[in-house]
Amino acid sequence: MSESTEAAPAVGFFGEGPWLRILAPTLLALLFLGAWEMMVRVREIPPYILPGPIAIWQTLLRDWASLSVSLLITLKITFMALSVAAILGLALAILFAQSRIIELSLFPFAVILQVTPIVAIAPLIIIWVDDIAISLLICAWIVAFFPILSNTTVGLNSADHNLKDLFKLYRASRWQVLTRLLLPSALPYFLAGLRISGGLALIGAIVAEFVAGTGGSASGLAYRILEAGYQLQIPRMFAALVLVSATGIAIFLALSLLTHLLLRNWHESAMGRGDRR
Amino acid sequence: MSPRRPLLSLAGVSKRYATGTLALNGIDLTIMPGDFIALLGPSGCGKSTLLRLIAGLTAPSGGTMEWPTTTHDAGGEAERDIGFVFQEPTLMPWASVIRNVALPLELAGMKRREAEERAAEWIARVDLKGFEKAYPRALSGGMRMRVSIARALVTRPRILLMDEPFAALDEITRFRLNNDLVQLWAQERFTVIFVTHSVFESVYLAERIVVMAPRPGRIAEEVRITAPAERGEEFRTSPEYAAQCRTVSHALSSAMGGAHE
Repeated sequence: MSESTEAAPAVGFFGEGPWLRILAPTLLALLFLGAWEMMVRVREIPPYILPGPIAIWQTLLRDWASLSVSLLITLKITFMALSVAAILGLALAILFAQSRIIELSLFPFAVILQVTPIVAIAPLIIIWVDDIAISLLICAWIVAFFPILSNTTVGLNSADHNLKDLFKLYRASRWQVLTRLLLPSALPYFLAGLRISGGLALIGAIVAEFVAGTGGSASGLAYRILEAGYQLQIPRMFAALVLVSATGIAIFLALSLLTHLLLRNWHESAMGRGDRR
Repeated sequence: MSPRRPLLSLAGVSKRYATGTLALNGIDLTIMPGDFIALLGPSGCGKSTLLRLIAGLTAPSGGTMEWPTTTHDAGGEAERDIGFVFQEPTLMPWASVIRNVALPLELAGMKRREAEERAAEWIARVDLKGFEKAYPRALSGGMRMRVSIARALVTRPRILLMDEPFAALDEITRFRLNNDLVQLWAQERFTVIFVTHSVFESVYLAERIVVMAPRPGRIAEEVRITAPAERGEEFRTSPEYAAQCRTVSHALSSAMGGAHE
């Protein structure tokens, strides 16, 4: 046989070469931080207006003990909200795929949940739910839920119609069609939804914490930002903000890696350039 | 009782779509076991619809379809052991070659190991030994089509339905797959119904060519092809081949002439 396959070159999971992907933004970030530090020093801007990156870094190290506790609390709420959103989103999407009537009746309510600003309903949820941690979890979940539901619904409906015919021809059961055809077809869509929801769950958790303004020991990063703001400890406020951003980036990278590992063998989106046919 | 009963007979079969279009009208066709039938016609003559009717993927609007030699299950639906090859390879991109070929067996409840053993045999028979673990995206168009054929044959169907399977392939690959298909058919003697719009392909492959006409889709004429049992490249360049291509070509143009173009 003359038909042959080409070896697939190893490519980073964002496409492109790995070097440019890491080097270019790192250089830009260093340049930006350098300019920031220079400006703060040359113009002698006081730290309660704008602290330099070095001062922020020192505060981060100094206050790590209290900040890391808050980080863990925020992380816990974010991950729990994301997990519940993923499980419920997937389950509801499967239910939609089984019955058009259920989809038509429930989908509008999912949209209402999505378009209602979380800042507006967070106070109500905090009033209604006694346990503050659970009310934060519900707020984060509301924000994270919709992308997973809507993406997975699209994914389940996008299975190749010829493959559907093939399953029909071999008299596959509903269960076989679901597990062997619909779910694998929906996997790339589900993962795309999960990547969006990962960031949203964090934002939802932070927003809810802001609204709740919880005090005491069990408070997340948003409360640290508020508290530092009230006390004019601006470097500490920035340090907490850095942790929020870093968490968001870490969640995105982790979910991107998961997507790459699950899809690299077969899906276009997880393949590098020049690796496509 | 005649010694050979037909595998399938269609009498006055018609198909009208929900939109009101009459896709097929008054189809009478008797298919004997071991036949290699080509359904030849222009696009819109309902040849793919006829194939889907035979596969049971869509129900006829009128007429009768009988499978005299098959037993009926409790639901009244015949167990017909059909293999189907689509225009596109229609493979599951998330599954390796062997998982794709083993699919029909596993859907029927066979254990994974046994299904994969049988699948491996058929992968070897379509010349893809060594590619069992490859994913479809790593294969060329011709190789994907071979996987599709292996998957259709792995259940040892009594009838293989093919819907313009090689239309999207380049000519060299198409010729090779034509040869391989004729060889497989000579060895196994399953029944084949092959939809094509190529006169040359139909004469090269089939024993019976059913020429169809459009609007509404109907059978215009049937041409029998006489050819050596072992068809090969010599047949493709022989004068008999050329003569029969001419006959079929004439039949096709008179079928087209009857339509309102």
